[in-house]
Amino acid sequence: MKWVRNVGVAFLAIVALACLLADFVAPSYARQFRDEPGAAPSRQHLLGTDDLGRDRFARVLYGTRVSLLLAPAAALLSSLLAVLIGGAAGFAGGWVERIIMAATDLFLSLPWLFLLITVRALLPLNVSPIISVVITFALLGCLGWAAAARVICADAGSLARSDFILLARASGSSGFRLLWRQVVPNLRPIVFAQFWISIPVFILAEANLGVLGLGVAEPLPSWGSLLRELQSYSAMTGQPWQFIPLILFVVVVSCFHLVLLEQESPA
Amino acid sequence: MPNQHPLLTSLARHAGRIASTVVVGGLLGATLVRVAPGFGIDEAELDSRLSAQSIQALRQAQPGQSLGAFYFQYLVRLLRGDLGTSRSLQRPVAELLKERAPETAKSVVLGLALGWMLGLSLAIAVVMSRSWTLDLTATLTTGLLLCLPAAVLALIFLLARMPERLVLALIVFPNIFRYSRNLLARNGSLPYVLTARAKGLGGFQLLVWHILRPAAPQLLALAGVSVSVAFTAAIPVEALCDLPGLGQLAWKAALSRDLSLLVTLTMMVAVVTLVANSLSDLLGKALSSGTAEVTA
Repeated sequence: MKWVRNVGVAFLAIVALACLLADFVAPSYARQFRDEPGAAPSRQHLLGTDDLGRDRFARVLYGTRVSLLLAPAAALLSSLLAVLIGGAAGFAGGWVERIIMAATDLFLSLPWLFLLITVRALLPLNVSPIISVVITFALLGCLGWAAAARVICADAGSLARSDFILLARASGSSGFRLLWRQVVPNLRPIVFAQFWISIPVFILAEANLGVLGLGVAEPLPSWGSLLRELQSYSAMTGQPWQFIPLILFVVVVSCFHLVLLEQESPA
Repeated sequence: MPNQHPLLTSLARHAGRIASTVVVGGLLGATLVRVAPGFGIDEAELDSRLSAQSIQALRQAQPGQSLGAFYFQYLVRLLRGDLGTSRSLQRPVAELLKERAPETAKSVVLGLALGWMLGLSLAIAVVMSRSWTLDLTATLTTGLLLCLPAAVLALIFLLARMPERLVLALIVFPNIFRYSRNLLARNGSLPYVLTARAKGLGGFQLLVWHILRPAAPQLLALAGVSVSVAFTAAIPVEALCDLPGLGQLAWKAALSRDLSLLVTLTMMVAVVTLVANSLSDLLGKALSSGTAEVTA
């Protein structure tokens, strides 16, 4: 099954490269071709234009760039929070672990999207596109740590009870030093797996928020705002190319799952 | 000393968990409502005829409550069943919830029932038939569904004029299939199941007594989790398909930044999912103790 993973990684690399080169291969995502709103694909506009006359190919590239850059950033933030909370709880053990894990369980029992839109509603909705991007992905990162913290806590707990930690303690290594130098480096594989798991979850969450109008603000494109265009009835009638962002989205998320599949399967 | 009443202890633990969710969630909710824009501002301040001194006087007349006092009053009102008034809809929150809860309950129950029926029966078919083509087809289909955001699935159903309530079933189904397939496949490959199969035990008996029964506690735990999945998916589905339920209400509240309504909704859904999780956990414990007694 290694070839499946390689295909997934290669596809993700091609998409990432295309997005990074968006400035050179496509016009600006906000530029309006006012004479050609809703145009069909042509040599000038590979995927046609949207209702406002913006080049859809450029918007797909820039939107993919936003999601592919910021979903890993949010995943990194949530993984760091999970290491901090879960690692400390597992390493400390006893009542500290019980209290932190009880709080984590409570956090996990809250319906994810309800919590997300509640906190999103607390922050201003009418903001500049860049701030809306930061708010959306920072929220995902700040609220997405709980499941990873649970897994990391269990792993840190078993590490804290392992022989080499006992030996390090006997050699006089202090609490924080022990945590930082011995436990955290050994948590790396599980943290990496949790980081990778979070990326497709956050991409899907951003898409849901974007379709609901609570994600990245226009005119900056993101997968959420691109998929929102499917709401127009014309998508089903005469413009099948409107589905290309959706197809790309599904393939990219599938590629992340394929890479994970390989990580989960035994070597 | 061994615990004489494990189920009672478990019941008490779950009740404590739900109570602490209400208390902690209430505190967080009260804090959010208090820091929300527009809190403590009199509508009369918007009257253009008022002078700056009058507006200042109006502001000074507002009771300056501390967060503690505000939270206490919030909890007391909550216990009395007074959930406050929606700022955007200008109606009591309790009335709105009463009006919209049946719609969401209908969608969630239907979605869960269909999703479970589809997911579990397909998992059983895959495990019992041992057909790799069926397994591959089912895995690819559920994989595709897992890669689609709930909102997009709702849009596709809307555009294709298909029944919108089925979207929740299609969101629950892949989760149920993936987990139960792995669980049943693991149980199906246990040595005693292979022995029973080799001794000629019928497929149905093998499935019910040796594969499904030991998996019942985990499947029940999954049932609890699936309630949360269905409620979460209800927001985009109801918002986009114009179903007047709690999900649509939450979406409208978020767009109008009506935090008092949003916090109450989130708390209510959290309590419902916690109760569902607790029930499934307790049932699972009762079942596993029953299985242990039978084995003993």
